[in-house]
Amino acid sequence: MIGLSDYLIVAAALFSLGVIGLFLNRKNVITILMCIELMLLAVNINLVAFSHYRADLAGQIFVFFVLTVAASEVAIGLAILVAFYRTRRSAEVEDINALQG
Amino acid sequence: MLETAFFYTFGGLAVLGGMGVVLARNTMHSVMSLIFSFFNAAGLFFMLDAEFLGVILILIYVGAVMVLFMFVIMMLEVNTAKLREGFLQYLPTGGLVAAILLIEFVAAANSGVFASDAMTTAAHLGKEVNNTKEIGQILYTQYLLGFEIAAVILLVALVGAVVLTLRTRKDAKYQNISAQVKVRREDRVRMVRM
Repeated sequence: MIGLSDYLIVAAALFSLGVIGLFLNRKNVITILMCIELMLLAVNINLVAFSHYRADLAGQIFVFFVLTVAASEVAIGLAILVAFYRTRRSAEVEDINALQG
Repeated sequence: MLETAFFYTFGGLAVLGGMGVVLARNTMHSVMSLIFSFFNAAGLFFMLDAEFLGVILILIYVGAVMVLFMFVIMMLEVNTAKLREGFLQYLPTGGLVAAILLIEFVAAANSGVFASDAMTTAAHLGKEVNNTKEIGQILYTQYLLGFEIAAVILLVALVGAVVLTLRTRKDAKYQNISAQVKVRREDRVRMVRM
């Protein structure tokens, strides 16, 4: 029988893959955004699993909100990327240094 | 057990898709792997009696967000060879952090806190239970404020994305209607004594 901890392990694997992707692909903004999506997906799996095994729908409502915020984050992030590419002709993290941060 | 088999299929393929996202040489292949991962996660959602969220994941994530990713990747001309520089340089650090995280998560999941009867064998809801209807019933009552805030966030994101990417061309010729309406006879006609 599949228990809660099995779902938690799948989500943990996905989250760790997202973290390792952030380290490996640190030059590519698009891949970084995709790794963030992967981590959010892992969180969503956790929330839905807890919602099912505790018989509480609040977890699913929170997944709904996480999806909303993630979708707007991607829209804004990609818009910033397109605006940046227009001015600098590049989509690399290293070139994003106009603020000298 | 059919359910166990489906769990391992969906879970394993979701993790495989995640590995594809991280390791793919081509960014477009990464997007494809992420879509694959999302489909399998939607399968996991269906197994957890969250049909509405599974459908939402496929419709919104695969249908809208990932297509947006694809559009942006195809619009930008990205030098993939240059982006891969230093890929292995950060493998030890990243691998260490991710391995520690994974070990911690797995240890927490197997710690016995989630080993009670209710957490290992949760019966599936009957087919008379309508997941969409139940979510709607508490989303529009108990979580109404959050729902409205989510709507405002989406509106702000929509306007923000348009404002960020809107570009007015300098060389295009536009009619300035207000200037045309406001024009006076003195501005255009000059009486010249011959």
